[in-house]
Amino acid sequence: MVVKMDYIKKQIKRKKTSDWVRFFAMWISVIITVSILLYIVGFILIRGIPHIRPSLFSLTYTTQNQSLFPALVTTIYMVGITLLIAVPFGIFTAIYLVEYASRGSKVVKIIRMTTETLAGIPSIVFGLFGYIFFANWLGWGKSILAGCFTLAIMILPIIMRTTEESLKSIPDAYREGSFSLGAGRLRTVIRVTLPSAMPGVFAGIILSVGRIVGETAALIYTIGSVIKIPESLFSQGRTLALHVLQLAGEGHHRNEAYATAVVLLVVVLSINLLSSFIERKFKNRL
Amino acid sequence: MKFVLSEVNLWYNDFQALQNVSMDIKANEVTAFIGPSGCGKSTLIKSLNRMNDLIEGCKITGFIQLDGEDVYGSMDVNLLRKRVGMVFQKPNPFPMSVYDNIAFGPRTHGIKNKRELDEIVEKSLHDAAIWDEVKDRLKKSALGLSGGQQQRLCIARALSVSPDVLLMDEPTSALDPISTGKIEDLVMELKKNYTVIIVTHNMQQATRISDKTAFFLLGEVIEFGDTDQIFSMPRDKRCEDYITGRFG
Ligand SMILES: Nc1ncnc2c1ncn2[C@@H]1O[C@H](COP(=O)(O)OP(=O)(O)OP(=O)(O)O)[C@@H](O)[C@H]1O
Ligand SMILES: [Mg+2]
Repeated sequence: MVVKMDYIKKQIKRKKTSDWVRFFAMWISVIITVSILLYIVGFILIRGIPHIRPSLFSLTYTTQNQSLFPALVTTIYMVGITLLIAVPFGIFTAIYLVEYASRGSKVVKIIRMTTETLAGIPSIVFGLFGYIFFANWLGWGKSILAGCFTLAIMILPIIMRTTEESLKSIPDAYREGSFSLGAGRLRTVIRVTLPSAMPGVFAGIILSVGRIVGETAALIYTIGSVIKIPESLFSQGRTLALHVLQLAGEGHHRNEAYATAVVLLVVVLSINLLSSFIERKFKNRL
Repeated sequence: MKFVLSEVNLWYNDFQALQNVSMDIKANEVTAFIGPSGCGKSTLIKSLNRMNDLIEGCKITGFIQLDGEDVYGSMDVNLLRKRVGMVFQKPNPFPMSVYDNIAFGPRTHGIKNKRELDEIVEKSLHDAAIWDEVKDRLKKSALGLSGGQQQRLCIARALSVSPDVLLMDEPTSALDPISTGKIEDLVMELKKNYTVIIVTHNMQQATRISDKTAFFLLGEVIEFGDTDQIFSMPRDKRCEDYITGRFG
């Protein structure tokens, strides 16, 4: 009996030490992650904020005044147009895969393999493809449109994957309930499954926006580098990320580069806040 | 006759789940399906409103007629399911408000008028004996209701499209005795206007509420007849063993 008690006590003690180890490991990783993030953000803010001047937001860019405003507008256009192309396409494909195609069919396998491959391709390759296909072959030239389509192909796998996963996580019981009332597939998707999957879809959109705003390699050869507020889809342009890259690369305008990076951070943050706000709205409606 | 089944065979890929099932199901009666797990009760009930269509590799032969019409013929599946409503084993209200849950069916079939919808919602909830419990929370999510309330909500939802037949697959197996009692009372009430087919593992429940009982074994209907007769003097030995709990 005594032996047994000792054994149990030992077990409890061992459990406690392992709990402590786990506790420390967790906190250390949290602290490391957060401090790296804070360091990067802080570094950019400290270097950048002092150099934010009203003139950086003037309507035009000149060699005297490295205004970031045209790049800011271009970035917002790019986000909007790219999402407009990729989101419906991605969602429809995901709906097809989950709700219509018979599970395990050839088509499904092929589409899945294609998207997985797409997701693994480095962005510069997309850039070269966009340059050859959209800019040259389709004759759009280096333009906002060519850039948006290139980015759309890049984010398509993200949108598809997240939508697909969240559709799959919707219990079949909902679908059965809907079918048993005489609703067809389309109505079931639009009214029952898709609304429940919306939070997942939004998560995918947020990830994609991050990708669009931060992308440079895929855009260098596809949207050109004219720094002007774009007048049409066929204008050339320069996004904030590209702008930072160019300013930093040229070497004369380090300060402006940091200031622009601050604005880029703010843009990313506000888009994320906006998306989670919309997402919450959606969730409340359920 | 509401349903006439003759020589129904059903396969899931290579596995035969129903064998030569023939039976007549009368209107305005409660028919109970009983039998050990895996004997094909759910399979048969699902073939009556073609929910089996959704399962890949499911093949069916023989005839099932609803009011003389071939269910697997040229009939529109969605209209069939409107006529033959279904309540599932686990309550499955949609993640929407109580009101929208009930209005979903009528809206599906083209009713848009707000007043008309309001009426249908109130009537269906009344008929499912849950109106008093939810009338002040019609706009709240249906997922906030208790299990028993959710199941009655699902019954109301099934009634909302005014079906002729109500299929219920173990509707009370997830519920407490009080909710179960409420649903049993409800079934007795519903048979005035509907034909009810109910799967149950609860022998007392079958005797309490059903007029006819079918005993299933390994995909076959072994015995089908008046509930009183089946439970007092079953003709088949296997049926008797099952009812008296000596089975297996
Ligand atoms: N989708 C399916 N694919 C393959 N086999 C299936 C499928 N659904 C059911 N079966 C098989 O068909 C047989 C009958 O199943 P069914 O669900 O009709 O049984 P049941 O009588 O309702 O049982 P329970 O009382 O446990 O609900 C079982 O052997 C089961 O394994
Ligand atoms: Mg079953």
